Amino acid sequence: MSFINYSSREINCKIVYYGPGLCGKTTNLQWIYSKTNPDLKGKMISLATETERTLFFDFLPLALGEIRGFKTRFHLYTVPGQVFYDASRKLILKGVDGVVFVADSQIERMEANVESLENLRLNLAEQGHSIDETPCVIQYNKRDLPNAAPLHEMKKLLNPGGLPDFEACATDGKGVFETLKAVARSVLRDLKQMSG
Amino acid sequence: MRDRQLVMYDEDFRLIEAVVGRLVRDANAKGVFVVDRNGQLIAEAGELRGIDTTSLASLTAGCIAATGGLAKLVGEEDFPVHFHQGQRDNLHITLVSSRIILVVIFDDRSSLGLVRLRVKKAGAELAKVFEEIQKKTEQEGARGGTPFAEITDDDIDNLFSV
Repeated sequence: MSFINYSSREINCKIVYYGPGLCGKTTNLQWIYSKTNPDLKGKMISLATETERTLFFDFLPLALGEIRGFKTRFHLYTVPGQVFYDASRKLILKGVDGVVFVADSQIERMEANVESLENLRLNLAEQGHSIDETPCVIQYNKRDLPNAAPLHEMKKLLNPGGLPDFEACATDGKGVFETLKAVARSVLRDLKQMSG
Repeated sequence: MRDRQLVMYDEDFRLIEAVVGRLVRDANAKGVFVVDRNGQLIAEAGELRGIDTTSLASLTAGCIAATGGLAKLVGEEDFPVHFHQGQRDNLHITLVSSRIILVVIFDDRSSLGLVRLRVKKAGAELAKVFEEIQKKTEQEGARGGTPFAEITDDDIDNLFSV
């Protein structure tokens, strides 16, 4: 749920990176953090286990610029991808304005992708949101790996509705900012529609 | 049904600022923060300078969310009051009207009893202010006149043109 503050002239929105375990959600945020001008970002917080797996969430506040004199700020969150952290995923999805679904391109992770997308659908529905009316983009990550599934098959499986989608390799930044820009754009368009 | 956005105008902010300013003084607190349940910082007051308020807001919301989940597991609706005791500073967190989080940071110049007492009054005042904000947001929404109606696709695209 966006927050428009007339006093500080800011719009604040919440974007959640969702996807199966080890698909690269945290890596997306780390890349954005490492490549963003220090004036435009806050501290990145990672609540992770000792083995660097996300335990609760990662958080990165980011300023994108101004629209009609309002600073646009995006709060980026990741969820823990491992199946048994579902209670935490539900909490982090609360008040979401936009979702990036990060899919793992490796053939052996297709079932995990489908399961995670279904889990996203269910958890959004539980909060009264439908995935079709929530700004959402899909990222096919790890395209550089030799065991990556063909793109058209991933699209057929994960994106039959034709949401904006991007190929990526988050470890070297390919597709990371394109994905972020697309979801931010969808969120702002949605905000405009809800207002109009 | 999507959540309605929260829209806060200057006059709302001044009311909130007055409540938190008073709470800092009455409770002898080092700092007071008002945070939206989704992790957005709404207002702050006190002597704490240089603290990372964005992180504070996000982590407080995470904390309230996690203990709210625990509450439901044991059959409670929420655990609306939290107290974290530190070596030097303490944190008192209260959930107001299931929507707003009031965070008070205090040291040995104050006491838990005093903070609790003052937070109760301030919480009730904030609840009223946010009830009004909610009403206003709904009315604006019903009229179709919420503030971002006037932004254009070009405005949005320009944001990404650099």
